[in-house]
Amino acid sequence: MTPVLGTRQLRREDAALLTGEARFVDDLAVPGALHVKLLRSSVAHARISSIDTSAAAAMPGVVAVHTGADLRDEWANPLPCAWPVTDDMKNPEHWPIAIDEVGYVGDAVAVVVAESKQAARDALEAIVVEYDALPAVLDLETAAADKNLVHAELGTNESYTWSLIPDPAAVDAAFANAAHVVSERYLQQRLIPMAMEPRGVVVLPEPFGGNITVYSSTQIPHILKVMLGITLGVPEQTIRVIAPAVGGGFGSKLNVYSEEVLCVALARRLGRPVRWTEERSENAQATIHGRGQIQDIELAADATGKVAAVRVHLVADMGAYLQLVTPGIPLLGAFLYHGVYDVGAYSFTCKGVFTNRTPTDAYRGAGRPEATYAIERAMDALAAKIGVDPVEIRRRNYIKSDQFPYDSPAGLVFDSGNYDGALDEALRLASYDALRADQAARRARGDSVQLGIGLCTYVEMCGLAPSRVLASLNYSAGGWESASVRVLPTGKVQVVTGTAPHGQGHETSWSMIVADRLGVPAEDVDVLHSDTAISPHGLDTYGSRSLSVGGTAVYLACEKVVEKARVIVAHQLEAAEGDLEFVEGEFRVRGTPARAMSIQAVAFEAFTAHDLPDGMEPNLDGDITWDPPNFTFPFGVHIAVVEIDEETGRVELVRYVAVDDCGNQVNPLIVEGQVHGGVVQGVAQALWEEAVYDAAGNLLTSSLLDYLVPSAADVPSIELGHTVTPSPTNPMGVKGIGEAGTIAATPTVMNAVVDALSPYGITDIDMPATPQRVWEAITAAKAGPR
Amino acid sequence: MRLRIAMTVNGSAEDREVEPRTLLVQYLRDAAGLTGTKVGCDTSSCGACTVLVEGESVKSCTMLAAQAEGRSVTTIEGLAVNGALHPVQQAFHEHHGLQCGFCTAGMVLAAASLLEENPAPTEQEVRLGLEGNLCRCTGYHNIVQAVLAAADTLAGAR
Repeated sequence: MTPVLGTRQLRREDAALLTGEARFVDDLAVPGALHVKLLRSSVAHARISSIDTSAAAAMPGVVAVHTGADLRDEWANPLPCAWPVTDDMKNPEHWPIAIDEVGYVGDAVAVVVAESKQAARDALEAIVVEYDALPAVLDLETAAADKNLVHAELGTNESYTWSLIPDPAAVDAAFANAAHVVSERYLQQRLIPMAMEPRGVVVLPEPFGGNITVYSSTQIPHILKVMLGITLGVPEQTIRVIAPAVGGGFGSKLNVYSEEVLCVALARRLGRPVRWTEERSENAQATIHGRGQIQDIELAADATGKVAAVRVHLVADMGAYLQLVTPGIPLLGAFLYHGVYDVGAYSFTCKGVFTNRTPTDAYRGAGRPEATYAIERAMDALAAKIGVDPVEIRRRNYIKSDQFPYDSPAGLVFDSGNYDGALDEALRLASYDALRADQAARRARGDSVQLGIGLCTYVEMCGLAPSRVLASLNYSAGGWESASVRVLPTGKVQVVTGTAPHGQGHETSWSMIVADRLGVPAEDVDVLHSDTAISPHGLDTYGSRSLSVGGTAVYLACEKVVEKARVIVAHQLEAAEGDLEFVEGEFRVRGTPARAMSIQAVAFEAFTAHDLPDGMEPNLDGDITWDPPNFTFPFGVHIAVVEIDEETGRVELVRYVAVDDCGNQVNPLIVEGQVHGGVVQGVAQALWEEAVYDAAGNLLTSSLLDYLVPSAADVPSIELGHTVTPSPTNPMGVKGIGEAGTIAATPTVMNAVVDALSPYGITDIDMPATPQRVWEAITAAKAGPR
Repeated sequence: MRLRIAMTVNGSAEDREVEPRTLLVQYLRDAAGLTGTKVGCDTSSCGACTVLVEGESVKSCTMLAAQAEGRSVTTIEGLAVNGALHPVQQAFHEHHGLQCGFCTAGMVLAAASLLEENPAPTEQEVRLGLEGNLCRCTGYHNIVQAVLAAADTLAGAR
């Protein structure tokens, strides 16, 4: 039989997307729909002293204008935060429209409903809001000092402090006995996810009966349905959520947003369909941001550079409110600040702090890029301190391949890994020694264009997540995934998955899994998803979980189908089950190949139910909800080569080599695509992207003119390699690849930048490493004492 | 006030009344119902709205519908001929040049226009030629490969 898993299958999703047939939320034609527009706060922090909506309400085409106070009774609960990381975490009330006070520029203060987009937009201009300004709290360290408060009612800007210190005495002892201590402070700038499709919502009330259908540009239709029910006090079973074609998410659509809740409330109030589409500037201001941390990391090492302990203190920017999983993002990195190194003792503490800025939440990698950045930058600092190559310091500290499963100092069990193997492959692909020789030659001849070589080894915990582990972290939901595989009377297969793809190609990959397990042609398999009426149980797509949890559920549902079919075949062919083999989609009696039944024939027999074993239910279905026993731990080694012109400070990324190990690959074409895209997002944090605020709390980078999402001209082609270390956590041995590139690329590039600048005595540079920053650092280093 | 505008869209004559301030992208999406053309920003930065006007790529948010009066516009819906994908579309499929697909219409049309102007571009010329179109999913690697492959296909067909 031709293997299916591991082959480069072209995507079945492509045709509709390439011809313009695919429908994103804003593409849906909804006759009679009213248009919703939000007026957003132009100030970072203020009491709302008055709002006059009368002129707006009188304008032609305007159906309704509401303030937060008008709509207060619509909400049974505030917007949800599902991750109260500590029992005493402070969580301010967060309403879909601000009621008394605004917390950031972009906070909603009023809503207009009108017959046309233009009328709604024009009416926004006629609303008059008077603000009574309050001090804006912007800087993280100032916020932590509580001089001014974001939420006066909380009495502090601290939301929580969360610690993971399994053995404090061991940490203290390691630092007391260290030959070398590295202490570094790194800044994780705020990032704006900037999915190419802005968010959108369409709500259709059914003409009778009270049910509503919600189309949203979301990664989490299932979670959204539950949360709409809770927030609005509406019976959950009356809500149907559909995520149609969704134009990228990267975590930014892993949320329950004001506009989703608001549009449902307005549609119910008015008894008419309503729609809202985000503008890009709104997307920058009112969709969550990512990162935003001050990281203090210390390593205690012996004379050879062997690390004995890692100690980390974070201050994490929550923004003005806690969105769905805001406080938990640092925790997703909390277990990984020792990286791929066998360090012994571990200490992690994070303080979550409110500021008058857009709320932060999950952005590609969510906590793990931050962790990887800190440890990988610090390992380079350690290498420099003891005078060894960055490769050598890593070799001395790696968890070795014979140590798996590895009990990590943070309390996880790393499932499998071979870090030395990935490093060997990356060094080979990059011709590392030749690069170092080139670098030395340039330095020797005083070349004004410096070469920098950067290296990063990463591990991530993904496949979110074992539900019991989530319970121990105070997360309010589980981490399972569901799948139904139905072999229909005609032998075609319908798969229902609880994952919610938005570019990842699940329809292609899930059909490959079914084709592999059931021996049917992949084109006979239809994959249904992202509609809560069709797929009632699901926990959606984020955290590189879809293949390792949702794909595994599909795999195991197929196993159930095969086992049921085996019983039917044994009954009908009067053979012992143990004598049946299932090969190429056919059950054969061992030794008597003429006695056989195809899976399609079994499906028809199961459908007619004319001759099934006593007590067996008709139809050939397999349903499963699978809760993973552990996370999966993908890893890899990336190498970046940069050139820095000391005359201009411009950093040019000239080569990028990525060796990733995501266990067994289902579709290498899709794996490669995920790495390419992830890498460029990570490079962008290192070199270009930053959410910049002025002193009054205005977001200065609220357009794609100012926020520098890279174009094709900014990046080189990416050189890929891979190793395969299967995961023992699931039967396909898969790990997940969606976030790997982003996790690895930022420290890889910044290590290269710092390496290039090391002849000037420069040991750190803040991200993004813009020409101005780099030029100023070089200029200052040349002027001052080395 | 309404303005009557006649143009050819994907080979069909269109004659509609719209508000004078209507942008070409709004005309295509809202009046003509051709939603394959996307809106990804409000500063003419992202290129998701790229269409062909008289065969040349134009960001349809930078142009009033009225400026297309009497001209011929091609959107993504009009690129495939009799169900056969244009070589650029086919190459995007074969080289996995799209993931979420939101930027794809604009990217494909920009690439088709680029190959009209420069039938045999280098990798660097492709990268510079697509600078006005942003993609957040692919890292551009496979898009560039797809455009180079499409150039070969088109050269073979000439």
